[in-house]
Amino acid sequence: MTLKTPIRAGLAAAALVACAFLLSHGVAAEPAAPAAPTFNKGDNAWMLTSSVLVLLMTIPGLALFYGGLVRSKNALSVLAHVFYTVCIVTIIWVLYGYSLTFTGGSAFIGGLDKIFLKGVTTDSQAATFSVGVTIHELIYVCFQMTFAAITPALIVGAFAERMRFAAVALFIPLWVTFVYFPIAHMVWYWAGPDAIDAAAKALAAATDPTAKAAAQAKLDEVMADAGLVFQWGAIDFAGGTVVHINAGIAGLVGALLVGKRIGYGKEIMAPHSLTLSMVGASLLWVGWFGFNAGSNLEANGGAALAMTNSFVATAAAAMSWMFAEWLVKGKPSLLGIISGCIAGLVAVTPAAGYAGPMGALVLGLIVGVVCMYFVTTVKNALGYDDSLDVFGVHCIGGIVGAIGTGILVNPALGGVGIMDYTTGKIADYEFVTQVIAQCKAVLTTLVWSGVVTFILYKVVDILVGLREPVDKEREGLDITDHGERAYTM
Amino acid sequence: MKIVVAIIKPFKLDEVRDALTAMGVHGMTVTEVKGYGRQKGHTEIYRGAEYAVTFLPKIKIEVAVATEQVDKAIETITTAAKTGQIGDGKIFVLALETAVRIRTGETDAAAL
Repeated sequence: MTLKTPIRAGLAAAALVACAFLLSHGVAAEPAAPAAPTFNKGDNAWMLTSSVLVLLMTIPGLALFYGGLVRSKNALSVLAHVFYTVCIVTIIWVLYGYSLTFTGGSAFIGGLDKIFLKGVTTDSQAATFSVGVTIHELIYVCFQMTFAAITPALIVGAFAERMRFAAVALFIPLWVTFVYFPIAHMVWYWAGPDAIDAAAKALAAATDPTAKAAAQAKLDEVMADAGLVFQWGAIDFAGGTVVHINAGIAGLVGALLVGKRIGYGKEIMAPHSLTLSMVGASLLWVGWFGFNAGSNLEANGGAALAMTNSFVATAAAAMSWMFAEWLVKGKPSLLGIISGCIAGLVAVTPAAGYAGPMGALVLGLIVGVVCMYFVTTVKNALGYDDSLDVFGVHCIGGIVGAIGTGILVNPALGGVGIMDYTTGKIADYEFVTQVIAQCKAVLTTLVWSGVVTFILYKVVDILVGLREPVDKEREGLDITDHGERAYTM
Repeated sequence: MKIVVAIIKPFKLDEVRDALTAMGVHGMTVTEVKGYGRQKGHTEIYRGAEYAVTFLPKIKIEVAVATEQVDKAIETITTAAKTGQIGDGKIFVLALETAVRIRTGETDAAAL
């Protein structure tokens, strides 16, 4: 009986996948109908699945990865930070986060049109990257909710083992409000393909000069209805800037402001369970397919490319970190393999739907070595205590990925190019323009997140205090903050 | 009577136990301990952080034997626990004044 159930479930899942595949192919075979966007159940099913996969990345994936890397006296506190972050951000997201991120307003932040999810019903549609194809907006709300939840959860690794829970509890809601929502809006908010396509078609159809001018004005208005970074032409498929650079720099600022752990550099602070960390890293990789391939918003070839790249770059980075460490430090470590895995996932995040598989392979090989060099050598030279290398892996890996995306999107390098929705064709690739746009996106994220996060930590420090007293930190945050232990043996 | 305390490599425990049983020692107490002698420990590396681990895991065996058995016990443990590599451990012998078997109240040699 116990054997039969999973088999039946597996068969049902296989049948579902087959149905989704047939459905998407069936739709693709029909003549294109530009007007009246339609729901595709395959797309919706994939996005429902992706949303849950991204949740899996955070809990238990990230929680276990981080939890295993700290000392056993603080393991529970890290698990609590991550789980708290997921829950509090989920609530904030439906109250005002979604509205501030994904409605028009200014180039910096959205408005309050959809506050409390006002007007978002089971009939509402959200744009994808194809003209005439939408998904249910509620799925888009949930999908993006999981991104908003994982990003601040990444930060807690930087100040792990010493930040008070009360400080974390206050910092996280402030951070998503003043840093995550604006940056996600700047990078990802746009009017959508249907609006641009309609405006471009109206311009093409306009005959007399007055109508042409009006249509051009309308097209300009639609193109300007987007976030600042989006308007610059910077591309970020699944969140290299929004998620990783953003969380990485916020982590570094936190690590610097809260100060080093007591005994840092003198006492042993070895991970208490690399077994848990390996389980966590594996769950992160699995969940990351929802993150990267899900960011395609449709279950089609683009999602397949993002999935392929998320396999290839990750494996390549894990191998390059491991072999580099073997060469330089003498031993190939499991921690090196799983750290490389995360670095590869980070770097391929912005590139997943833009680079070709060979581009992703090169990107992975490069980022594994760069991040390894950073966390083993540069960090020690600089002397700051970023407990779990949030900056070294997420920010540095994110920068490699963000700039690498601008290069690897080039069709001549196997990339897919960038769609120009005003013409309905792939735009001509220009190296300098694209790389400059990518660099501007990176700098904007670094400056906005760095400065605003600094202010937020100061506010939190004044209100509740960032750090536990020395004795409590020595005893461990599990007991002092939570009154319980990760392990009672 | 004597107490023989031996610090040995953890993976040698079974061999030592079998050898002692064969020579007629019918009980022992075992503790997982950490320490260092000439072996000094090793280095562990986690990303960039290198830690010198000076306390290595060892097994401490305590056996109570009659005085005339001591030499034989020392020889048995030495033979069984030896690898010839640094870190094989040490044996200490202490005087034992009294022994009591709790169940029966037997004392000294009868209690061993």
